[in-house]
Amino acid sequence: MPPEPQTSTPQPEAAQHRSESKPRWTERLHGLGPVIGLVLLCIGGTLLNSDFATVDNAMNVLTRTAFIGIIAVGMCFVIISGGIDLSVGSMAALIAGSVIMFINWAGPASGSPLMAVVMGAVLAVVLGALFGLAHGLLITKGRIEPFIVTLGTLGIFRAYLTYFADGGALTLDNDLSDLYAPVYYASLAGIPVPVWVFVIVAIIGGVILNRTAYGRYVQAIGSNEQVARYAAVDVDRVKILTYVLLGVCVGIATLLYVPRLGSASPTTGLLWELEAIAAVIVGGTALKGGAGSITGTVVGAILLSVISNILNLTSIISVYLNAAVQGFVIIIVAFLQRGRR
Amino acid sequence: MTSFTRRIALTAVAAAALASLPAFAAEKVNLGVSIPAATHSFMGGINYWANQAKKDLEKEHKDLKITIKTAANAPEQANQLQDLSTVTKINALVVFPFESAALTKPVAQVKAKGAYVTVVDRGLTDTSAQDAYVAGDNTAFGRIPAEYIAKQLGGKGNVVALRGIATTLDNERMDAFNAVLKNYPDIKLLDAKYANWNRDDAFKVTQDYLTRFKNIDAIWAADDDMAVGVLKAIEQAKRDDIKIIFGGAGAKGMVKTIMDGKDKRIGADVSYSPKFIYDAIKLTAEARLKGEKLPATTIIPSVLITKENAKDFYHPNSPF
Repeated sequence: MPPEPQTSTPQPEAAQHRSESKPRWTERLHGLGPVIGLVLLCIGGTLLNSDFATVDNAMNVLTRTAFIGIIAVGMCFVIISGGIDLSVGSMAALIAGSVIMFINWAGPASGSPLMAVVMGAVLAVVLGALFGLAHGLLITKGRIEPFIVTLGTLGIFRAYLTYFADGGALTLDNDLSDLYAPVYYASLAGIPVPVWVFVIVAIIGGVILNRTAYGRYVQAIGSNEQVARYAAVDVDRVKILTYVLLGVCVGIATLLYVPRLGSASPTTGLLWELEAIAAVIVGGTALKGGAGSITGTVVGAILLSVISNILNLTSIISVYLNAAVQGFVIIIVAFLQRGRR
Repeated sequence: MTSFTRRIALTAVAAAALASLPAFAAEKVNLGVSIPAATHSFMGGINYWANQAKKDLEKEHKDLKITIKTAANAPEQANQLQDLSTVTKINALVVFPFESAALTKPVAQVKAKGAYVTVVDRGLTDTSAQDAYVAGDNTAFGRIPAEYIAKQLGGKGNVVALRGIATTLDNERMDAFNAVLKNYPDIKLLDAKYANWNRDDAFKVTQDYLTRFKNIDAIWAADDDMAVGVLKAIEQAKRDDIKIIFGGAGAKGMVKTIMDGKDKRIGADVSYSPKFIYDAIKLTAEARLKGEKLPATTIIPSVLITKENAKDFYHPNSPF
């Protein structure tokens, strides 16, 4: 009889302990879902092909991710505020085409090729901001659903590029292209320029989202727009700004993209919108808005390009199934971080 | 019901008359052209050459009227075929179908109303819906580069290939390429991955090939657009082991490079010109004006483009 209380007393304590620590452990796992997915993928990639873990390959992957990653940072704000933008791929294509036409014209016209390239880069950002502003105004003042507005511009932007390109490709003149090339191909301290820009954009995005009043307004509008309105938040202004911000991000991504191939064609930026949205959602942001994280978005974007990189570096799976592998990984990662919505 | 059967009987008689009586058909040709919209360079070329054919042929023959319709997808093309038939009242049709299966019925309906139908590039699933078929040569598109690469490498070396989008057309090309390489046991095809006939995807796939394979002798880019991405990726990786880059289709930039001998890795290309739509329209229009028929199948041959014959394939005004 005497030993009984001794064994029974620690039991509830242990149970209590377990019930207290378990949710904390799983909660942490949820937040780390994309990171765990990425780490597992990297281990798998290294086992399949030792070339995967080289610095050169890592830099290739990160540089490729830069476009989608930068756009995804902007997309993160739009989605957190409860909106969506389907037009980013077409927008990038149209901006790329416009910038190429502008530089080709301004190079000989202004007599200073360098000036033409710099102005072209500025034009990319300005055009992005203007397109974003148009979206924002149509959505808030015009009171049209963001899905419809951006579905409309998705068609409009790409059609205009196709029209300007005459169905073919717009190509940067050779010497201007050589002058512009370092923006994509050069490295600073061993790290390619696009990766630096990606890092800077992500840090600025993180600061705005988490450390400023504007960032808190974006989250507030996403979780409950009515309450935000009653709390005297200028909802329209905040929303318009999220689209402008995304437009600027698309502009920055495009000014890095143009020197890569020096051309834009009707297939440029095809399906970038889905990749960017997938990066944001895989990174743990809720599609219905309210909460999200820039770090998660960055990890999500890298994760998506690592999958196709690994598939290219191996041939164990039939090429017909590549898209299926991508699909499985996305669903598994989403599963790892379920319950956070 | 009776009027319907009578109409069918009448069209049958009319169709028979069209086919048998040259004098009757030689009156006037109202030719409809239905093609996909210019969503990528190749289709841009198709649009350019269709309009070029309209300009040239209408000037040459005053009895000929050509109406061109471009469609963004298969259902839209089906609607346009209906319009061409009932509103424009065409008596000859040149159609580049979006998809084989989906467009077979709509084309058959146009034919049932008495129009002479020439199908271009993609065959219909039911060939009784067409009078003539004009297409490029996809087998040669794969065979010619394989033969060229094998010869240039002296029957020995490492090759990687890019593929387009998973379609029968792409499979035909790849199969023909593999069939030739079978005769050269010392040539190793290291891998063939899809890059969707897209410059950016070709850039990424090539980057990864270069990471994965330390020694590559030749790259079959299988498309001139994809070759652009391939070249940029090689340039970035600063690799000089690649001796041959072979595109495909004969885009003007690529033909110019061959003509000027600007890049010693690009010595040849294989033609698969969107100009075949021009040929198809011309053949159909001129045959119908004379009341003649076309052969059931016309294959526009794909040929090897080298420095010697490059100027015949260079069309600076075409977008492709």
